Amino acid sequence: MDSALVMIQVLNGLQLGVLLFLLAAGLTLVFGIMDFINLAHGAFYMLGAFICATLALWLDSFLLAVLLAVPITFVIGVVVELGIARQLYQADHLEQILATFGLILIADTLVQMIWGPEGLTFALPEILNGQVRLFYDVEFPVYRILIISAGLLVALALYLVVSHTRIGMLIRAGASNRRMVEALGVDIRMLFTLVFAAGAAMAGLAGLMIAPITEASIGMGNEILIVAFVVIVIGGIGSVQGAFLGAMLVGLIDTLGRSFLDDFLRLFLSHQAAETSAPAISAMLIYILMAVILTFRPQGLFGVRSS
Amino acid sequence: MSKSGGWLAVVTVLGALLLPFWAEYAGEPFILDVIIRLMILAIAASSLNLILGYSGMVSLGHAVFIGIGAYAVGIPAYYDLNSGWLQLAAALGASGCFALLTGLICLRTRGAYFIMITLAFAQMMYFIFVSIEEYGGDDGLVIYSRSEMGPGVDLDDNSQLYFLVLFCLIAVMILIHRLTRSDFGQVIRSIKINEVRMQALGFDTFRYRLVCYVISGMICGLAGWLLGNFTGFISPEMMDWTRSGELIAMVLLGGAATVVGPLLGAGIFIGVETLLPEMTIYWHLYLGILLIIVAKFGRGGLLGWWTRWQGRSRP
Repeated sequence: MDSALVMIQVLNGLQLGVLLFLLAAGLTLVFGIMDFINLAHGAFYMLGAFICATLALWLDSFLLAVLLAVPITFVIGVVVELGIARQLYQADHLEQILATFGLILIADTLVQMIWGPEGLTFALPEILNGQVRLFYDVEFPVYRILIISAGLLVALALYLVVSHTRIGMLIRAGASNRRMVEALGVDIRMLFTLVFAAGAAMAGLAGLMIAPITEASIGMGNEILIVAFVVIVIGGIGSVQGAFLGAMLVGLIDTLGRSFLDDFLRLFLSHQAAETSAPAISAMLIYILMAVILTFRPQGLFGVRSS
Repeated sequence: MSKSGGWLAVVTVLGALLLPFWAEYAGEPFILDVIIRLMILAIAASSLNLILGYSGMVSLGHAVFIGIGAYAVGIPAYYDLNSGWLQLAAALGASGCFALLTGLICLRTRGAYFIMITLAFAQMMYFIFVSIEEYGGDDGLVIYSRSEMGPGVDLDDNSQLYFLVLFCLIAVMILIHRLTRSDFGQVIRSIKINEVRMQALGFDTFRYRLVCYVISGMICGLAGWLLGNFTGFISPEMMDWTRSGELIAMVLLGGAATVVGPLLGAGIFIGVETLLPEMTIYWHLYLGILLIIVAKFGRGGLLGWWTRWQGRSRP
């Protein structure tokens, strides 16, 4: 394997990492603060993609579509929180799972009613379609660089908000002891709505960024959501830093495992054995990572609260 | 079981025994397929109920055992090993081992972590089977011949398969009834209410939960073995996490921590799945709304409603 290929795969891993982070950040905050398991979080990922695709086709401008789609997902997040999620904070986890599972079915069906059963594709503007030379002979698509930078920027912004503002302080306090924050007279319900909608917007951003590469399709959020769950379990529920570290670990390990594990296994296995076992083992890697971390730290790397 | 409940059970079993003859007489073989699927899902839901309802372990990855059981039919059949007993042993053995190995890790955690870890391990198996191209990968594997159980038994005959599934369902329900009322069951139910107190009383609660988890996984593996035989086609999709979500829905629809609940829940689910699509292609919307209503108001599921309604009508 040559170093250029490794570089490219590392960048691909980072790309998956930032997408996972954008999903996991909302999940982990909603979960840490409201104690609410939202299986339907992936629906915002899907909605972000569909809304952005529609706007991009209407307005013929990807930039405008992104600038509009993110606030729209935020508003949808507010509506869902006020209308449905709020009713479920008091319920136990089992009921939350059942209800949010129902929400997934509803969201997927509504998308099918509005946009039809097929996915939506749209083209990127010319300027984002090129390749950029990183160094020597390593070329990487401009758009993927953009995804990574946008994701890192959001992560940085979120970190600053959470660790350096008053709202962030309340969020951290809420994640470690919700009742105490309430007792101190903070309007926790406003905070919940804000956090939920911000999480929705971040998930929407992740979905709309990946949509030009894959496509906007029904149920696209459901599979990546499970990996986002792995991320927050690894990182520790309620911790944004944990989500970031977990997302990067999972993104890199998954991507590098899929591309280089067969080369690696060939060092000690026969060519044939390496070829057949590599796909199965690389599919397992992130779950093995999770199992190992949980064995030593059941509350995850940055767990705010013990399980 | 109350007296009327006993009579109801006898009538139901008699009706179930006569159904294949009626289906043939009425020329509606389709009914038999629907009921076979219902009963297989009822077995799977019953196994989930054992850990979820009775001992409070909310697993969101239970369908993985259906998949393991089904592949235990499919992979031997791929190599022309059609002995049903061998496949059954493989199904029970593999699902038991998987439950034991993952249980050792999962059961160290509680609550939401447990939910997500069971989910993650199930998803892991899903992706493993997706990546094994030898057994069809994503596209799945066709099973050309059903399990051979020995002379006189021919599972290719749908009504014989029906009786086998019915037998398994009744056996599983009796097993769970007995198990949850045994000393073991008392401990398990008490752990759900207050684990620390049970530990203080000297019970090794981890071991009790692990045994319960393995039994549950093996029963679900049995359901997978039956399902693989019934559908004649297996794919990783059988252990997708949405299948696990459906199993949870069945348990809660019928009534958790009751022996009959999962059967009722599977009945409701199959009813919805069979009847609604004839009315609208957007039937998932209504199923979703139903699930939210059950989560919000349906404490105890259908059985819970029934008992409360009876309690009100009788002074």
